[in-house]
Amino acid sequence: MKTHDVIVIGAGHNGLTAAAYLARAGLDVLVLERNPYIGGAAVSRELYPGFTYSNCSYVSSLMRPEIMRDLDLPRYGLQITPFRGGLTMTRDGDYIASYRDRDMHRREIARHSPRDAESYDRYSAAVMRQCRFIRPMLLETPPDPTSLLPRDLRGLWRIGRAFRDLGPAGMYETIRFWTMSMADFLDQYFENDLVKAHFTGSSIIGTGLGPRSPGSAYVMLHHHMGEVDGTIGAWGYARGGMGAISRSLAGALEAAGGAIRTDAPVARVIVRKRRVAGVALEDGEEISARAVVSGMDFRRTVLQAMEPGDLPAGLVKAARNFKIRGSSGKLNIALDGMPTFRGVPADCPALAGDLHVTETIEEFERAYDDWKNGRWSRRPYVDLMIPSLTDPTMTPPGKHYMSIFVQYVPPELADGPWTSEKRDAFGRTVIDMLSEYSPDLKDLILHMEVRTPRELEEEVGLTEGNIFQGELTLDQLMFNRPAPGYAQYRLPVRGMYMCGSSTHPGGGVMGAPGANAAREIIADLRAGKRA
Amino acid sequence: MTGDRRYGAIVIGGGHNGLVCGAFLAKAGLSVLIVEAADTLGGAARNAEIAEGYVAPACAHILHLLHPQVRARLKLRRHGLRLAARRLPTVALDAQGDHLTIRGRHLEGVISDDDVRAWRRLRRRLLRMAGALHPFLGRVPPRLGSDSWRDRLMLIRLALAVRRLGKREMREFLRIVNMNVADLLDDELSDARLKGALAFDAVLGTNFGPRSPGSVLTWLYRLAGEVGSGRTGLAIPQGGMAGLTEALAASARSFGADIWTGTAVKRIVVEGDRAVAVELESGNVLRTRAVLSSADPRATFLNLVGPEHLDTGFLRGVRGIRSNGLAAKLNLALDGLPEFTGLDRAALAGRIVIAPDIAHVERAFDQTKYGAYAAEPAIEITIPTLHDASLAPAGGHVLSAVVQYAPYGLAAGWEAHRDAFADRVMESIERYAPGLARRIVGRQVLTPADIEREFRITGGHWHHGDLAADQIFMLRPVPGWAQYETPISGLFLCGAGAHPGGGVTGAAGMNAARRVLSTRHGKDAG
Repeated sequence: MKTHDVIVIGAGHNGLTAAAYLARAGLDVLVLERNPYIGGAAVSRELYPGFTYSNCSYVSSLMRPEIMRDLDLPRYGLQITPFRGGLTMTRDGDYIASYRDRDMHRREIARHSPRDAESYDRYSAAVMRQCRFIRPMLLETPPDPTSLLPRDLRGLWRIGRAFRDLGPAGMYETIRFWTMSMADFLDQYFENDLVKAHFTGSSIIGTGLGPRSPGSAYVMLHHHMGEVDGTIGAWGYARGGMGAISRSLAGALEAAGGAIRTDAPVARVIVRKRRVAGVALEDGEEISARAVVSGMDFRRTVLQAMEPGDLPAGLVKAARNFKIRGSSGKLNIALDGMPTFRGVPADCPALAGDLHVTETIEEFERAYDDWKNGRWSRRPYVDLMIPSLTDPTMTPPGKHYMSIFVQYVPPELADGPWTSEKRDAFGRTVIDMLSEYSPDLKDLILHMEVRTPRELEEEVGLTEGNIFQGELTLDQLMFNRPAPGYAQYRLPVRGMYMCGSSTHPGGGVMGAPGANAAREIIADLRAGKRA
Repeated sequence: MTGDRRYGAIVIGGGHNGLVCGAFLAKAGLSVLIVEAADTLGGAARNAEIAEGYVAPACAHILHLLHPQVRARLKLRRHGLRLAARRLPTVALDAQGDHLTIRGRHLEGVISDDDVRAWRRLRRRLLRMAGALHPFLGRVPPRLGSDSWRDRLMLIRLALAVRRLGKREMREFLRIVNMNVADLLDDELSDARLKGALAFDAVLGTNFGPRSPGSVLTWLYRLAGEVGSGRTGLAIPQGGMAGLTEALAASARSFGADIWTGTAVKRIVVEGDRAVAVELESGNVLRTRAVLSSADPRATFLNLVGPEHLDTGFLRGVRGIRSNGLAAKLNLALDGLPEFTGLDRAALAGRIVIAPDIAHVERAFDQTKYGAYAAEPAIEITIPTLHDASLAPAGGHVLSAVVQYAPYGLAAGWEAHRDAFADRVMESIERYAPGLARRIVGRQVLTPADIEREFRITGGHWHHGDLAADQIFMLRPVPGWAQYETPISGLFLCGAGAHPGGGVTGAAGMNAARRVLSTRHGKDAG
């Protein structure tokens, strides 16, 4: 029977990234995907004739430019188009918009608070300082602070130097920033509730935190450390939907000689004499390999794909206690035409960006409390987009695709498990709320897909439907991700690795975990150990 | 009064930190004056007569954080400090009446062996970590980016302290220190009462709920303080908290410090970025070489010094300090010993906690986020008269309750709602102590608004500012000024607004005194 060099479990963007790097290193790589299609949470689906949905992840920014270059992704069809600004609408028909143009943006903020317009530069400078500080670490394997190995000491030294280079004020600012709540962080700069709310969204997307929870400021940073065409913090659409990212990665992989098998669900990893021998599929077929990389989340990898007996008890406990909470839902809608929004001019360029209706931090916090109490937010935060305004290939002419990301939605409801009735009720909550702002929205709906954490778990394979494969809190970041002592992509079974978003630097369509894992695997296989 | 005499150092505020600071300075030979606005010393650690013959702890009611060096170096025992009770157990009340007693590592009550073992493991682990942190409570925090050997040495010490925990424990420390306490407790324990009471300990006096990340750090911080009290544990001084205050004052006087009560300070006189004198409400101006303020940072800089003397960045920092209190105090004078269902006299003598489960505390916290007080608060109760009968008429008793959460910025305003709030608290307590109301002969309620007024603490925050990762150690009171000095030469902070923060520790006053003595203000001020 043929023995592959490496088997990658899961054709999500990280699995494919890892596979592509491994194949380009001359290794014989096979990617096994449970679904009939590749992409994991970075997919384009035609669930309604003529319409392409990015029905999971929906925008791109975090995908590391280094990876796009290394793997030559544009050559395999990847094209990212930046979108302009965004806006937060208010009940009284007003709004606050963001514009790429700095002066326009400042004038818009001044319309709500001249003082906040003045503070805006201080605010964005502070965020940019944190971006610059963290970006070099994204494509580095986190050093183990308890280790005295040269490579770890070097890594710690690099971080320490970068930290010291921030200067006294910068160092204090950084310590506070990483432990602060978004609400407190914003209070340092802004006075106007709407202005604060407008900047708050990215601090809670995908997490089990509210804007007043310490650590939420970092989550905001996590959404701003990306870039499009060298513009840091910019977001864009992959032409043809998020699936284009997966397709281009697959293209790079296949061009390098790697192979992908869909409809090939892995049942378990085969371990013989404390060393990986391959994987067994659910239909019993066994495929042997020298190394196995799991793109699945930490919990599934350790608790489902592997035998507790093959692993240290501490690791199993860590996996069980890994915080991976579902808190998000998604609506994907085919529209018969472009909806209107009260008070927003139809030609407002910000409409092509992310649209919101949460006016105050208190509304965010109340939405969060609903989730804590086991029900979907009665007034959820939505990150609403109309990608077809930027990418006409997604719908027939004159029609539109609306993607609505919804925070917060619990994986389990206080009044029992999810049912299709409850799912529909959740969808109605969102649409009814939005109808206050867009009276003609309901009549334009041709088709609507509603996804709760349940669907995200069952269809995509994300435990509890957590979009980041694990909470982005300090106890699960850097050398703590996914667990202390296991942050360097290896599991304590020779030849077993992880490359999913459960590993550093975490979630978002970034590819960095995959690239980092591949680097470690190649080093090991070359060194001949573990294989 | 001797207004013409020139003191080497003037300490503003006769709370425990002010007294400790003054005592240490006098001990070192400085001529020291401590001025207190109120007619009695002690600040938040003083007694209050809440009814004819009934004496209650005005604010703080348990002594468990007093820094060992303060106790020893100031010879507090010789100056009359006696403990009426030590090693108080914590009694976690249960709605169904089967309560749980936490006596250090021992758990008494119906509870699974698994939890007993798990609690011992968890407690041992937390105490080791707290032990590593304890030494830094009694030290001046380092300054980042400085080239002084002192600062570098301190940072190295900190790193070593964590390393010395050993690989496994260091890893665990670096993980849980950023966690929320609810997750940690759910991972390790299963008993609701136990988790509720421990979660309450973690968030007591902080602006956190059990599910706020960072609440494990605040718990470790509290434990780090308790490590210092060694085997004494939770204690109640003879004569109430005033017992401690009197010992501190006696100690300060024995070293030659003058103490004036009923002497409010109007402003700190600044000449050319230098604090040169203190102007009293009476109009008297007392010149001095060093001014030490145990008032909270906002009061010190915004009221006593005045913004005109400070630069924008620093002011922004001071104004940004989160110092809105959220704990209230309820003191009851009772004509007899209250009866709590299922608690015997021994249990009543403990520290009684109403926090039946984590969700209870979290719900109570959630309401404060929207400017309301907790409908079902979490409460810490002591009955000091069980340990010191002299605090009440024969047969009478005093019940002292710390109530969380009650936000300083109550949306509806406190004046109109103080009594409604107190009634709410009474309901919560009576659920466990039916008939309590009938015994009441006197009642005192202190909301954060009252605490602000009574004790002159801006925002009514017991700790002069939240204890949170972004407001402790090197970042307290504001980044870059954690060494007790201020932008005004000759002006120092010595209160809970400075490292290591609130609680009756005396550490802030001690550290500040040491800092002053290491500067020229101390050296030639003798």
